[in-house]
Amino acid sequence: MSTDSHSAHGHEHHFAHHFRSAEHEYLTSKEGIWLFMVTEILMFGGLFVGYSIFHNIYPEMFAEGAKSLDWKMGFTNTLVLIFSSLTMALGIYFLQKNQAKKAAMSLAITILCGAIFMVIKYFEYTHKFHLGLFPGRFLDVAKVGAQHANLGMYFGFYYCMTGLHGIHVLLGMGLISWVLFRTVRGDFNSNYYTAVEGVGIFWHIVDLIWIFLFPLLYLVG
Amino acid sequence: MANAAAHGSDKNYLNETSGIWSWLTTLDHKRIGIMYFVTVMFFFLLGGIMALLIRLELMTPGPTIMTADTYNQVMTYHGAIMVFMVIIPGIPAILGNFFLPIHIGAKDVAFPKLNLLSWYCLMAGALLAFSTLFTHKIDTGWTFYTPYSIKTGTSVVTMVIAAFIMGMSSILTGLNFIATVHKLRAPGMTMYRIPLFVWALYSTAILQVLATPVLGITLLLLTMERTFGVGIFDPALGGDPVLFQHFFWFYSHPAVYIMILPAMGIVSEVIATFSRKTIFGYTAIAYSSLGIAGVSFFVWGHHMFVSGQSATAGILFSFITMLVGVPTAIKMFNWIATMYKGSVQMQSPMLFALGFLFLFAIGGVTGIMLAVLPIDVHFHDTYFVVAHFHYVMVGGTLMAIMGGFYYWFPKMFGKMYNEVTARLSFVFIFIGFNVTFFPQFVLGAMGMPRRYFDYIPAYHSLNAISTVGSWLIATGFLIGLYTIINGLTKGEKAPMNPWGGKTLEWTTASPPPHFNFDVEPVITAGPYEYR
Repeated sequence: MSTDSHSAHGHEHHFAHHFRSAEHEYLTSKEGIWLFMVTEILMFGGLFVGYSIFHNIYPEMFAEGAKSLDWKMGFTNTLVLIFSSLTMALGIYFLQKNQAKKAAMSLAITILCGAIFMVIKYFEYTHKFHLGLFPGRFLDVAKVGAQHANLGMYFGFYYCMTGLHGIHVLLGMGLISWVLFRTVRGDFNSNYYTAVEGVGIFWHIVDLIWIFLFPLLYLVG
Repeated sequence: MANAAAHGSDKNYLNETSGIWSWLTTLDHKRIGIMYFVTVMFFFLLGGIMALLIRLELMTPGPTIMTADTYNQVMTYHGAIMVFMVIIPGIPAILGNFFLPIHIGAKDVAFPKLNLLSWYCLMAGALLAFSTLFTHKIDTGWTFYTPYSIKTGTSVVTMVIAAFIMGMSSILTGLNFIATVHKLRAPGMTMYRIPLFVWALYSTAILQVLATPVLGITLLLLTMERTFGVGIFDPALGGDPVLFQHFFWFYSHPAVYIMILPAMGIVSEVIATFSRKTIFGYTAIAYSSLGIAGVSFFVWGHHMFVSGQSATAGILFSFITMLVGVPTAIKMFNWIATMYKGSVQMQSPMLFALGFLFLFAIGGVTGIMLAVLPIDVHFHDTYFVVAHFHYVMVGGTLMAIMGGFYYWFPKMFGKMYNEVTARLSFVFIFIGFNVTFFPQFVLGAMGMPRRYFDYIPAYHSLNAISTVGSWLIATGFLIGLYTIINGLTKGEKAPMNPWGGKTLEWTTASPPPHFNFDVEPVITAGPYEYR
């Protein structure tokens, strides 16, 4: 994309040709990110609607399913993600202060938190598989000793919701790696950090969705 | 206003750079619009051929040219192609991409790279969808209703993922347009000075952003259901197959307004220009677009009047569905009021706009009929419904697309088309359309069910008339294709403003320069300052 080259004093950002100023470009990008987040929330919204419908129909089944989840692992993951949201925000804060090194460190810790989250998730999943707690028709009600014949549906929701969320965590880790790389390269400074902020908003939304998933799946019932 | 020709530069977006690679990597919204133009027209050709095959099969009772299985497949692909690859991307992606930034005096859309990405998403989705033609052709109909879509041994998962990717394309276009309208308007271009086409695209974009993700999760759940048997839609596992219909129509009903709102935008432009009159009720037309978009989210239940939902829900959905008629009628009356005492000129774009008014009125009125709960119970899944939605989608959207092509053709390519063949294409499409689909209202009222491969001999003559009509439509579109190709190769050089239009695109060169305007326009008045 062609850019208007303004005087390259210090950290002046070269904004794209169709914007009036760097500020104009920044505000537009931010609106774009937020609009995209609306679509993310609506997509998960479909799952939440399905959850609430079937939770109303089969409250005991959902309670039984929730009992077989390890709330301690889920809670640890919640803490990990909340902490990663903090380090993500710190990354942006340090860039605003032109402290690229500290920013890179914060972003790296954020990625690490994402990885810890996924490792814990991996242990949770493999443990469920080991116990035979598979989704839907793959769950053997007799072998698991389930009270409710439809317990497989609870795990259908569990794997769909946490799985889609997990894919978002992986995507987020990839995106943060990309802005980390660019931070180290020196692309960002107090005048231009739009990409980091955009990725940050994505990461916060992913965390926020987990904060809804955790009580709904692990605690309710 | 800026006049590129006066500056002596003959560089424009078409010859700025050359080579196929410069097109495939372009970030210019006008070129991306042209790329959509070529690809969507190709899909339209494919879908159209399938439509002709369907009609040919239904010309006589009993097997005519294909087996029942093939018929189900052809019908599914016809629907899926026309909905996901032609009518939904059609106007926003082709004409919207090209003219929305120009209409508001911007140099480009807000996110040019995203714009290109959304074209690639559509292409990837389309390729994936067509790949199923070489494996197990799907036969579910474009709605993928459960439980059949879970049980059938065809490539449902591939097709559904293709639709998901194409939905992504739609979302990206939508959010790009919203950000563009909010942030990139030229100085003086207030929201109440943007052309009505932009208002229509803006309302459409809101629908694209708010409705499409719900389709996304619905299709993902269907994929999960097929691969992992999660049980959400499977009654044997405690699920509910009708929930799929609720989710599906929560998107797909607003989606029918994604299809029709941009068409209404084109009609507003064309009628104002060819009546030489300030549009009547600008704000009413603008707000009615938003009104239709808003109401569209609360009417999905009318697709499920006979699915066993509660009577209360049926009555509520029936009432809310009828509400859509209010903003729609506001538009119709305003267009007619605009023509009243105007200097109406019957050029081909105006003919298509009038064709739109006529056909869409029939489509709309029969829509109100179907919204009435007891009438729908009678007409449900008959050819009456088929005729209704073809009157809306084909009679509405495709008429407007053709009108829009002719209206903006001189601006897009800098050449004039042959007015005589353009009018001829209108005559064939308009007459052919009515010959094809009007008998289907009667067939539906007589009780012929939709989607069926065969029918009793009593329905024969009307089906035969309908099939002959489909050949007339095909002739009309072929003449239209000839007009476009002939105009591109042999057309005279177009002036800057052949129709005497007042919106911004007519103040720049034909075809427009790379950055749309040589001097950023400053807007001091509304879009249709005729008299």
